[in-house]
Amino acid sequence: MALPFLSIPANIITNITESRLFGILWESLPRLLSYGIRVTVPLTIVSFILALLISVVVAMIQYADVKILRQICRFYIWVIRGTPLLVQLYLVFYGLPSVGITLDALPTAILVFGFNEGAYMAETMRGALQSVSVGQVEAGYCVGLNYIQIMWHIVLPQAFRTAFPALSNSLISMLKGTSMAATITVMEMFRQAQVINGRVYESLGLYTEVALIYLLFCTLLTWLQHKGEKKLASFGGTKK
Amino acid sequence: MMLKIRDVHKRFENTDVLKGIDLDVEKGDVVAILGPSGSGKTTFLRCVNFLERADKGTINFDGITVDMPTATKQMIHTLRKKTAFVFQNYNLFQNKTVLQNVTLGLTAGLHMNKAEARDIAEDALRRVGMADKLTSYPVQLSGGQQQRVAIARGLASSPEIIYFDEPTSALDPELIGEVLAVMRRLAEEGMTMLVVTHEMEFARSVSSRVLFMEGGYVIESGPTAEFFQHPKTQRSQEFIHSLLSARE
Ligand SMILES: Nc1ncnc2c1ncn2[C@@H]1O[C@H](COP(=O)(O)OP(=O)(O)OP(=O)(O)O)[C@@H](O)[C@H]1O
Ligand SMILES: [Mg+2]
Repeated sequence: MALPFLSIPANIITNITESRLFGILWESLPRLLSYGIRVTVPLTIVSFILALLISVVVAMIQYADVKILRQICRFYIWVIRGTPLLVQLYLVFYGLPSVGITLDALPTAILVFGFNEGAYMAETMRGALQSVSVGQVEAGYCVGLNYIQIMWHIVLPQAFRTAFPALSNSLISMLKGTSMAATITVMEMFRQAQVINGRVYESLGLYTEVALIYLLFCTLLTWLQHKGEKKLASFGGTKK
Repeated sequence: MMLKIRDVHKRFENTDVLKGIDLDVEKGDVVAILGPSGSGKTTFLRCVNFLERADKGTINFDGITVDMPTATKQMIHTLRKKTAFVFQNYNLFQNKTVLQNVTLGLTAGLHMNKAEARDIAEDALRRVGMADKLTSYPVQLSGGQQQRVAIARGLASSPEIIYFDEPTSALDPELIGEVLAVMRRLAEEGMTMLVVTHEMEFARSVSSRVLFMEGGYVIESGPTAEFFQHPKTQRSQEFIHSLLSARE
């Protein structure tokens, strides 16, 4: 995509008028949106699915009280929740190559975001699993179900329903969090805004613009969350 | 003898809750398990269905003898297929409809096909008067309705015996009658039942035998009429007396 302003020499850009600013913002909009849709959103979705898988496994290990694995899970949650996401990104991307583990920027971002949010979501899931009454589990055994059937038919569906709002929040915070991938050179939406800004020096305008795009995405997710909650509420009955 | 339970012991941390409980149940018996609060009635029933692991004791069910502390998962599963359990607080599956609550054990637990399970479930729900609520969820039902669905869930697998742990204790007074009526009908149809209850009128008029427990021991055990008219021990006399005076 040819963006005419990108070739304008810097000394002219310093004299940009208000109408020029809007021109820049208008022309960078499709570019930012395109990076948002092609990079930020898929990065969020893939990382979230990873986080979801991790969280369910980690929560179920604790729920079932599997001996040594349980300790490993607690350790994982302790470390992840006790260190900053930004530091985790740097550690994996800039630190690990020195011990021979080199990952590309994008896989690094997916792994770090997945494992990071996975720790928080595991705690959400653990609470949700425990909120399903023990009596239902016992009733399951009494009608001849085994542990896996009880988890699959009774406990997990109810836990997901309970956890849904909190998991949605995780998804929204993850979407915003993907902007941190810019710091390890992933060319996503925010990084793109930085690149454009590096040429046109319109920090206020461009960062406001990118903020509004994040806001738009998050608003869409919030809307989906409400839809989902309504759907889940009808499924399981509403109190009379 | 259909069910022969011997010398059940159970200890929680440092309190002995069951100190050697024996019980014989014949086919068609309705045994009322009575006793003051904390005497171990619930614990006994839970041990018998392996919801709690007894520290000592044996069960003989239809000729199969099982050592309670060491019974394997397989063994427990086999025994549970012959029994049903009705809880004080119903414990219906909250994410399932009335019909699904009853069919789940049949399809997933007993590997029936869906159509067959549905027929059996509808029949069981009809027997407890809940056939008109198939698509309701538990939260949409009254306590009495939930407990009747729970009974249907137990009935559906054609158990040889049903254990009831205070099935009406969580109910509002005006809902107790509908559940007791269902149980009374089951008793008349010859269902074998083990019922922990504080409903003396029900115990007196429906049960065939009484097991009176206190402090983890069986104080008295015998035919219902005998227990209420000529209690053998002083404790049973006091217990019956306290219930009669409590009602006045
Ligand atoms: N899981 C447990 N851990 C520790 N103690 C327990 C546990 N379950 C029961 N107990 C204790 O065992 C004793 C017997 O309890 P149980 O519930 O069997 O009595 P109960 O006869 O059913 O009483 P109620 O009529 O009040 O239902 C009580 O002292 C109780 O505190
Ligand atoms: Mg009890």
